[in-house]
Amino acid sequence: MGSITLQKVSKVFGEAKVIPSIDLEINDGEFVVFVGPSGCGKSTLLRLIAGLEDVSGGQILIDGKDVTQAAPAERGLAMVFQSYALYPHMSVRNNIAFPLKMAKMEKSAIDKKVTDAARVLNLTDYLERRPSQLSGGQRQRVAIGRAIVREPSAFLFDEPLSNLDAALRGTMRLEISDLHHQLKTTMVYVTHDQVEAMTMADKIVVLNRGNIEQVGSPLELYKSPRNLFVAGFIGSPHMNFVDGAYAQSKNAKTAGIRPEHLNLSKDSGIWRGTVKVAEHLGADTFLHLDVEGIGQITARCDGEFGAYHGDTVYMTPDEAKLHRFDDKGLALKA
Amino acid sequence: MATQNTKTLARLMMAPSVLLLLIWMIVPLAMTLWFSFQNYNLLDPSNVSFTGLFNYQFFYTDPAFFQSIWNTLVIVGGVLLITVIGGIAIALLLDQPIFGQGIVRILIISPFFVMPPVAALVWKNMIMNPSYGVFADISRFFGLRPVDWFAQYPLFSIVVIVAWQWLPFATLILLTALQSLDGEQKEAAEMDGANFLNRFIYLVVPHLARSITVVILIQTIFLLGVYAEILVTTNGGPGYASTNLAFLIYRTALLGYDVGGASAGGIIAVVLANIVAFFLMRAVGKNLDR
Repeated sequence: MGSITLQKVSKVFGEAKVIPSIDLEINDGEFVVFVGPSGCGKSTLLRLIAGLEDVSGGQILIDGKDVTQAAPAERGLAMVFQSYALYPHMSVRNNIAFPLKMAKMEKSAIDKKVTDAARVLNLTDYLERRPSQLSGGQRQRVAIGRAIVREPSAFLFDEPLSNLDAALRGTMRLEISDLHHQLKTTMVYVTHDQVEAMTMADKIVVLNRGNIEQVGSPLELYKSPRNLFVAGFIGSPHMNFVDGAYAQSKNAKTAGIRPEHLNLSKDSGIWRGTVKVAEHLGADTFLHLDVEGIGQITARCDGEFGAYHGDTVYMTPDEAKLHRFDDKGLALKA
Repeated sequence: MATQNTKTLARLMMAPSVLLLLIWMIVPLAMTLWFSFQNYNLLDPSNVSFTGLFNYQFFYTDPAFFQSIWNTLVIVGGVLLITVIGGIAIALLLDQPIFGQGIVRILIISPFFVMPPVAALVWKNMIMNPSYGVFADISRFFGLRPVDWFAQYPLFSIVVIVAWQWLPFATLILLTALQSLDGEQKEAAEMDGANFLNRFIYLVVPHLARSITVVILIQTIFLLGVYAEILVTTNGGPGYASTNLAFLIYRTALLGYDVGGASAGGIIAVVLANIVAFFLMRAVGKNLDR
C-alpha cells in the first residue's frame, strides 16, 4: 500500500512562497514523476512528502493517514538522494543494513534481507567494499538497496541519475523501471530531464514556479498540453510557437507545431526558410531554420532528407497536429 | 614534478632549507647529549669532567622522577580527555544556527589568544583563589567552605587551566570537520530511522575520527612540555605534587644549576616523548590514512 494525497500543501521560506498551494493524488503502485525547470519547487515538494521540510500549510496523507506532523522515519517512505548519501565509513553491507539495524531487527533477518537485496541489484560481489571503492552506478544501486530493504510504502527519488554519465543514465533508467515492475511499489521521482520523465512515468506532474501546470500520462501531455508552458516543456526538440497572421488565420493568439509535425520539401510549401544549422543524428536530422515573416523554426526530418547550412527548404505544418493557444496561453479545443 | 630534470631541480632548491632545519635540530640535541655525560655545574664551572652515566643515575634516583613522569602523563591524558569530549560537545552546539553566531564563536575561541602565564595568573588570582576567587564566592554562596585549589588539588587545577586554554583549539578543528559533514547523509540517516544518538554514533563520530586524531596528536606535542602554568601557579608543589618532567628539568637546571643532570633529564624527556608518540601513532594514526 502506498497512496499519497496532498491537500492544499504550501511552503514558504522566509519571504519566498516556493509552493503556493498544491493538491495532488498519487495512487498506490504508480510511478509519478515531478518535472519542471530548476527552482520550480519539485525537490521541495518531494522533501515535504519525505518530512525533511515542515509544510507551511495544508495536509499530507499517506494511505489515508494524516502524516503532516510525523517524523520522516515514521512515514514509511524511503528516499534515494542525488548525492546517494551513502555512509562513507561503512561497508556496502552495513550501508544497506543500517535502516534495519535502526529498526532493531534481528541479525539473521537483516542478513537475509541484505543478501536478497544485493542479489536483485547485482551487488553480491561488492558487499564488503566501501562506497569510495565503487563506481557511480554501483553507488546508485547501493542507495536503492538501502531503500528497498525497508520495504517502504513508497520510494522517493531526488534526481538520482543526474550525477551519472549519459550511457549509465540510460541503463539505470531501465533498471529503475524494471524494479518498479518487480516491486509494484509507489515511486515518486523528481527530475529536470524530460526524457527520464517521458520514459519512466505512469503519470507526469509538470511544475512551474511552485504550481502544477498539468498532470497526466506522458502521451497525454505530449498530445494535448494544457498551456504554452507544458507545450514548450514536453517534447524534444521544443515545440515551435508562431504568432501573428498565421495564428490568426487559425483563430488563435499563438499556434504551436512540433518539429516532427512539419512536412518538409525542397520545392514547395507554405513556409520558405533557410537552414542555419543542421544537426545530423543519423536516423533523424534537426534543422534550425530562419523562416521569412515567422522567425526561428526547428524542424525534424528523416536522416536521408539531405539539407545543409544555407539550403532553402519549404515546409507545411500538419494541420491535424496543430496546437492552438488563446491570449492567456491556454490551449483551445480543436 | 614529472621529469627527471624537474625532480633534481626541486631537490636542489629544497636542500638549503632542509639543511638549515637539520642543523637547527641536530646541534641542540647533540649538545644536550654531550652535556648529559658531563659533570657540569654552574656553581663550579671550572671543574667540568666526563662522568659517564652518573647524571642519568642521579636523575633516575631523584625521588621526584617517577612522580613527574606520572604527572606528565596525567596532564596530557586529562587535558586530552576534557578538550576532545568538551570540544565535540561545544562544536555540536556551535553548529546550530543561533542568534549572534559570529560573536559567540569569537568568544569561544578567545582563550586560545591569551598567553599561558597570563591565563594561569588570571585563574590563580581571580578564579581559584581561596579568599577572593570566583569559585570561593560560589562556595560561600552555597554556604560551603571555599576550596584552596592549588593546595588541595594542585594537579587537577593545572589540568583545568591547561584544558581551558586548549579547548578552543579542539573546538575549532572539530567544528570545521562537523560543518563538512554532508547534509544529505544526515537526512538519509533521519529517513532510515536513526535518532539523534544513533546519528551521532554512526555518522558524526566516524566522520570526526580524523580530526580528533589531529587534535590528539598536535595537543600531545604541546602538552608534554607544559611549564608556564605550573611555574606561575603551584611552582611544582606542594612537594612534587604538580611537577611534570619539563618542570623537573627546569628545577635541576636553573634552581640546582646542574647543567649535566638537566641535560640527562632532557634526553629522558625526548625518549619518553618518542615512546608516547609511538603508542599514539599505533592507537590513532590509522585514522589519518583514510
